[in-house]
Amino acid sequence: MEIQSHVRYEATLDKDFARWATSIPGGEKIRQCTQCGVCSGACPLSVYMDYTPRKIVVMTREGFKDDVLSSHTIWLCASCYACTVECPIGINLAEFMYALKARAIKEKRYPKKFPTPIYAQEFMEMVAGRGRGTESLLAIKSEFRRRSPIRLLKRAPLGFRLMRKGRMKIGLGPECVKDRKEIAKMLDALGEVTHERKGVRLLSWMRRKKHSKAL
Amino acid sequence: MVSTAAKKNLSQNEQRAMSDEVRIGVYVCHCGSNIAGTIDVVALTAYAKSLPGVEVAREYKYLCSDVGKELIREDVKSHRLTRVVVASCSPLLHEETFRRVVAEAGLNPFCFQMVNIREHASWVHVHEKDKALAKAKDLVRAAVLRVAAHEPLVKKRIPVNPDVLVVGGGIAGIQAALTLANAGKHVYLVERDPSIGGHMAKFDKTFPTLDCAACILMPKMGAVGAHPNITLWSYSEVAQVDGYVGNYKVTVKRKPRYVIEDLCIGCLQCIDKCIYKDMRFPNEFDLGLGKRKPVYVPFPQAVPMKVVIDPETCIRLKTGKCKETCVEACGPKAIAFDQKEEFKEIEVGTIIIATGFKTFDPTKVAYYGYKRYPNVVTGLEVERLLNAAGPTGGELVLKDGRKPKSVGIIHCVGSRDKRYNAYCSRVCCMYSLKLAHLMKEKVDADVYNFYIDLRAFGKGYEEFYSRVLQEGVHLIRGNVGEVTDVALTPDEEGRLIIRVEDTLVGVVRRIPVDLVILAVGLEAQADAQEVRRMFNITCSQEGFFMERHPKLAPVSTFTDGVFLAGCCQGPKDIPDAVAQAGAAASEALALIDQGEIEVEANFAYVDEDLCSGCKACISLCPYTAITFDEEKKRAVINEVLCKGCGVCVAACPSSAIGQHLFEDAQILGEITGLFTNGAKAEE
Amino acid sequence: MRIFEELGLKLTELDDWNCCGATLCAGVSKISSFALTARNLALAEKNYAGKDIVAPCSACYLAFIKTKDYMQRYPDVKQKVDTALAAIDLQCQGKARVRHPLEVIVTDVGLEEIEARVKKRLTGFKVAPYYGCQTTRPYAEFDHPFFPDSMDKLLRVLGAEVIDYPLKTKCCGGAITSMVEEVGLRLNYILVHEAHKRGANAISTSCPLCQFNLDVYQKKTIKEYDLDFSIPILYFTQLLGLALGIGAKELGFGRVMVPVKPLLATVE
Repeated sequence: MEIQSHVRYEATLDKDFARWATSIPGGEKIRQCTQCGVCSGACPLSVYMDYTPRKIVVMTREGFKDDVLSSHTIWLCASCYACTVECPIGINLAEFMYALKARAIKEKRYPKKFPTPIYAQEFMEMVAGRGRGTESLLAIKSEFRRRSPIRLLKRAPLGFRLMRKGRMKIGLGPECVKDRKEIAKMLDALGEVTHERKGVRLLSWMRRKKHSKAL
Repeated sequence: MVSTAAKKNLSQNEQRAMSDEVRIGVYVCHCGSNIAGTIDVVALTAYAKSLPGVEVAREYKYLCSDVGKELIREDVKSHRLTRVVVASCSPLLHEETFRRVVAEAGLNPFCFQMVNIREHASWVHVHEKDKALAKAKDLVRAAVLRVAAHEPLVKKRIPVNPDVLVVGGGIAGIQAALTLANAGKHVYLVERDPSIGGHMAKFDKTFPTLDCAACILMPKMGAVGAHPNITLWSYSEVAQVDGYVGNYKVTVKRKPRYVIEDLCIGCLQCIDKCIYKDMRFPNEFDLGLGKRKPVYVPFPQAVPMKVVIDPETCIRLKTGKCKETCVEACGPKAIAFDQKEEFKEIEVGTIIIATGFKTFDPTKVAYYGYKRYPNVVTGLEVERLLNAAGPTGGELVLKDGRKPKSVGIIHCVGSRDKRYNAYCSRVCCMYSLKLAHLMKEKVDADVYNFYIDLRAFGKGYEEFYSRVLQEGVHLIRGNVGEVTDVALTPDEEGRLIIRVEDTLVGVVRRIPVDLVILAVGLEAQADAQEVRRMFNITCSQEGFFMERHPKLAPVSTFTDGVFLAGCCQGPKDIPDAVAQAGAAASEALALIDQGEIEVEANFAYVDEDLCSGCKACISLCPYTAITFDEEKKRAVINEVLCKGCGVCVAACPSSAIGQHLFEDAQILGEITGLFTNGAKAEE
Repeated sequence: MRIFEELGLKLTELDDWNCCGATLCAGVSKISSFALTARNLALAEKNYAGKDIVAPCSACYLAFIKTKDYMQRYPDVKQKVDTALAAIDLQCQGKARVRHPLEVIVTDVGLEEIEARVKKRLTGFKVAPYYGCQTTRPYAEFDHPFFPDSMDKLLRVLGAEVIDYPLKTKCCGGAITSMVEEVGLRLNYILVHEAHKRGANAISTSCPLCQFNLDVYQKKTIKEYDLDFSIPILYFTQLLGLALGIGAKELGFGRVMVPVKPLLATVE
């Protein structure tokens, strides 16, 4: 067994991250968290998380930025709001999880092979590009992005069954609103970089590949 | 406008003051550097000297010191001053001090005005010295012009009725009543339930000594029942309170027991012979867990030991038809089905409110399963189950009769929670540890306590915690996420599972137990708002009655003569309730033993010549101090009830009401002084 | 839609609706998900003024309520969304009322009226009512956050036996189920196993994603956990329609993955 020191020096913590967390909607009250743990006790997914929701709160407010943003926890949250309703301080933990997810994506710190952040980004791009999402396409694109086409093959039987039962559309292209550009215009006005145009998708895929090789 | 009676009591100095001779002394305090650090006190004093009517103006480092006070006294005598102004700190701190100094010098204490140049000028304008000085000058000038119009006043003294009313017969009420009765005062103890004892009578053992609650309470209850100075009215409620400190008139409603108290000897033959052969109605004392007959005593050691008949379940009272076997069985012929509620009028000087608390209803916390699962109970219910006089004879059994092999105790139910009660209920950690110990002792169960923070603050409490830890009770730090009967493993089948994050170890645990005890918090009684209105006191945000000052006046209220004791003022354990009851009793005694109370002089008064009898003022008075004299057709203000708020003075359309210390000339003087930069007050 | 028609409520599909982003987009950019939802709200206010929005998709339902709430409580959210909508000539005033189909049926039509219209009582149906999480938390607009009973009452009025099901708002995994399958199957197992254990022969849902998760993944769950039963997962309007006498095919029973025919057969 390899012996390792687990001490955490103050200098390794990020106080700006802690301050950011208390300034966003949903994070106003995390300083008042008494660490009671009812959130973890109520959360149906907490048994699968590397850090329980309670730990995420205290780690965030202390500035353990890397640990929090690269955790699996935030990507396992199903936003069922059981934590929010049971919290005695009234912290909207599910909303807080959303904010951490967005930050993790913005800084590209999420666990790279984990499905949820990949699907989330693909879905966002789809909705931003066309105003609607197409499930079949989502699965295909996400699994390719995860570099796991084998998983896609494993999911194929399910996909075919759904198609047979008439629950999944095939062919005829992805779903779209009447005027795609309208959606793009609206999201542009927000000033957030969440989507890419159709034309540059291949280019951006190549860019991403290059970027990940460099990491 | 001072009454002739008052004039007679004036000293020579004061009589001089009443003449038009206005000779003012102004004293500016440095207050160390609190004032002098920001305000140029020398310049301020010089300015004061230049004001009209000012004979003497001085500044001194600490006017409240003996030297400072002597300075003022000397000046009053040697300069024949008729008015004094002190410019220093807040009147809340030293108005009384300086009024006393002035009185000691022979001047009427109300020929005095205090100006707060510390909080109002120095402390708030620390970085603007020039402006602070200018403001201080304005304030002093205003005071000088005001005080010129001051008149001597006399504080009225009223007698205090030595009798006391104690509302509530729990441990706090009992303690207060005994203390007062032992001091020789006559006490009326009014209790809503048929017996005194309150919540403490329901407990099994008390922490941390594990004394049997009944064993330590009964002697006190017995003493109350037997004390010649205590009139115990159980099964009674206060219906109305009129009057004021020293002179309260209280109406007490005595609810009908359908039993003549003086005749009942507590033999309980009537219960035995009741046509209902078995107990079948939920017993209130056992929180519905036990049963009683329509004719009952709440518990075997009830004080007074008098029977009660429940009109809701007694056949004779509901239908009029019954064999009346109870009447037959009663030797002293004490049963009286025609008894009506009685209203008793009493006069007391002081009132102590000790109405106690109620427990939080955990039905609101849906995911704990209270009322959905039969084996989820509250701490108070468990006390009844453990108590030897309780519904199971002290046997700790589940609803199906089995003994529990494992027990989960959940702390902080309804407390420390912004959705229900944000405060900590103070006693639940300790009573949960106590219950844990008793569980181990009685049934040797596996016990798990689920807490967020453990509060073991009192004498012997930390040691008790240590003992409970040593006994092998599992102390798990985690707020329980849910209590469920959905089993995920074979050993969870048929049991209640507690899902919680064990925050100390750092994992989520599922713990199957047989019995779940919810440590419910303490809340104000359901009728707290009604009661507080009746006694004219206030409630704080949590709903408990409000004390006058949380640190320095924990038993008085803002209504003179009404005191608080026990949990009605806030959650507390028995030692603190008893201590507070003693404190309330001593405050009452202090009032009573003085024999008289001094009434503040700044009350309002009606000029009968000007009053038109329009009654506009009467409904406006927040202290119900104004009444209408039907004969004279004039409004009359009760000087004792009047708090000097000034509403009636402002509202009177005939300008018939004046207020001592706030006469028009005085107020106008102050206003003129603030704004006109030195011009004399216009009439 | 057929059900609403049957009950006399007029439903019109919102023209040119866009995806609100559901739970996934909120994890990428919250403000974008607010803007996307606000576009739907704005379109509804503009083109269908005065009408209530009925959102059968639970994620949309919650997104609507959340967006309205956040725009009211957080001025900078309102400002950003207003700017985004203005860029496409739209305006969201937060006036449109957002409702769930279950609530609309139970409130606007009423249980008595429905009972009167029942043609075929669902005798023999032992249903476990499953609400899911998004419609009951955190805004408990029309029912209790952990133990709701509007669907229970509706099912009883249709003649079905409603079993006592404590997991009625326990998370099915939502979007996680398809992505992180091991977790999804476990949550699935807990729900269907308990329902079966308590004697249910069907689960009635009021969330389409719950229906999808519990239905589509049931085959895998059965295999993974070696179960000896299967339990049909239906959307509550399917049961309502059945009781109202509408044909099984029209109600889409054929599109349910877990075979429903055996259940219908035992009950005929």
